[in-house]
Formats: sequence, C-alpha cells, structure tokens
Amino acid sequence: MNILVSAASSLAPSGYASLSSKILADNGPELPSLNDFLPPEIIFAGTPFAINRIMLVRMVATVVILLVLGITAARAKVIPGRWQGAVEWVLGFVRDNIVYQILGELRGKKYVPMITTMFMTILVFNLCGVIPGANIAATATIAMPLVFALWTLVQYWAAGISAHGLGGFLKEELFPAGVPWPVYILLTPIQLLEIILIRPFSLTLRLFANMLSGHLLVAITLAMSNYYLIELQSTAMKAVGAVWFLGGFALTGFEIFVAALQAFIFCILSCVYINQSLGEE
Amino acid sequence: MDFVTLAEVAGNISVLGYGIAALGPAIGLGIMFGKALESTARQPEASGKLNVIMYIGLAIIEVLALLGFVAFMMAR
Repeated sequence: MNILVSAASSLAPSGYASLSSKILADNGPELPSLNDFLPPEIIFAGTPFAINRIMLVRMVATVVILLVLGITAARAKVIPGRWQGAVEWVLGFVRDNIVYQILGELRGKKYVPMITTMFMTILVFNLCGVIPGANIAATATIAMPLVFALWTLVQYWAAGISAHGLGGFLKEELFPAGVPWPVYILLTPIQLLEIILIRPFSLTLRLFANMLSGHLLVAITLAMSNYYLIELQSTAMKAVGAVWFLGGFALTGFEIFVAALQAFIFCILSCVYINQSLGEE
Repeated sequence: MDFVTLAEVAGNISVLGYGIAALGPAIGLGIMFGKALESTARQPEASGKLNVIMYIGLAIIEVLALLGFVAFMMAR
C-alpha cells in the first residue's frame, strides 16, 4: 500500500490512466455484482413468505404511493393547489398522452385505471433505485416486471376475445389478411410465439435489464469514487476519483430519466398490444 | 512485464460479445432517431404521433441490445 502511494505521488499526470488501472488490478474496490439482487432474507427466513430487502422496498414504495395518492384525493379541491396540480398533471399525462393517444377516447376509457396503476407503480418502483436508503430499483428482479407483463398478456387476450371471440381473435392474429397462403407456413408459428411468449417476455426483459444495468452502472461509479477519494489515501489519485464522482452524478440523473422512460414505454406497449387485439375500427 | 503477459487477455470474453451485440441495435437506433427527426422537420404538426411511434420502435430495438446484456450476465 505505501509503495503504491509513493509511486502514485511521484508520477507525472500523463501516467494517470495506466497507473490507476494498475492500482485497481492490484487491490480493487468492492465492486457491485449480481449478488446485490439476491440479498439475504431478513424476516420469516426459510418459509415461503420470506422477505428480503428488495421486497421490503417494494412494500414501502406501495404504501407511499397509496398514502400520497389517497391523501391527495381526499383533500382534492376544485381549485387545485400546487401539489394537487402536479399529481393531476401526471394522471392527465397518462390518460391523454398514453391511453387516448393510442387507443382513442372511446375504447381507451376502460383501460385508463389499469394503465395508470401500471405507470405509477413502475415509475415509483424504478425511482427507488436512486432514492437514498432504498438504493435498489424494486423492479430490478425479474418477478415484478413479470407480474406486470402477465397482466398485460391477460388484458390483451381478454380484449381480443371480447372483441372478436376466441376463433376470430386467433384468426386475426395468426392468419393476417392480405398474405398469400404459403407464407402462413412461416408466419403463423411466429405470430403464435409472438402473442404467447415474445410479447410478455420482451416487456419483462426490457424493464428488468434496464433497471439492473442502471443499478450496476451507478453503483460501480460510486464505488470507484469512494475507493479513489477516501480508501486509497493518495492525493495524486484524487483527480481520478473526482472524475468517477462526476460520472456518478451524471449517471444518477440518467437513471432518473431511464426510470421515467421505461415506465412510459411499458405503458405505451401495453396499449399498443391491447389496440392490436381490438383490431381496426 | 514481458510481451506474453502484455498480450494476455484477462477477464471474460463475453464482454466482447456484449460489445458486438450492442452494435446492431446502436445502428438501428441511430437510423430510427435520424428518420424521426427528419420527418418532424418536414411536418412539425405530426410530431406527437411520430414521437409515440418512435418510442415504440425504440422499445423494440432496445430489447435486442438488452438480450445481449442478459446473455452476458447469464454466461458469467
């Protein structure tokens, strides 16, 4: 350790990059890994109701959403205050820019509660990844996105069946009109796979992998800055640490953006799938 | 440090795989955003509709890149 520090202080700034990577290879900081997403159980361990940190984050986040929305709704006034205005803006955004934009006002009315629930839950769960104390996106394990994707799956099957009947829905999805019949040999299995497997799977994977990679990025930059600025007591390496720290800030901002974007995309795609099942009008 | 240790690759080769997997979606995203920008410039009043279509395209392309990421995670 002492040898490294003296070597660091004696080197010119040009050798920074190579030196910092050399120090890293010799005694690296504690980097985040996939084990972050498999934390130990903290209560009811060993039973089917075992709860770990991520589930606790989910529960707290759910309670927070319910409390905030419930209190805002209970105190709603005709002339909205600043807070009520903000909440109404979010709800209005989901209704107008997501549901009505894709499904249209007439058909979309039924799906506004579902999509609003999805949007708020996914948004808050995603934002848990940058909230200090939680520090992990509640959607970053595969279970939570899978639940939402299965909900979408059920909804677009139900929409299709109620609009065309089971046979009509399958005929519309599996044998799209205007295609020469030999193409069906190729197209039908792909379409079948698409409506059963690929759609929910891709919805799940997108949200889950985005949150997982986002957490790893932020955690790596902050672990590196902690290592260079504090643990490695060398003034020469402080600049490297500062760069990592700045990167951590930038990536945290980027994570907030991704959290909102992923919630938006999940809801948009749910609407698109439902719209496809309902068919053209 | 001799030449053999210099040329030695440490770590996992799947990192390279992920880099290649990100290449195709990156090109696709570039084309898509470019086209969306172009059409918005041609017809600014259609930007709302175009934005929604653009985000749907983004989601579908993005999942390809994420498939690479997940495969890279699973291969470790």
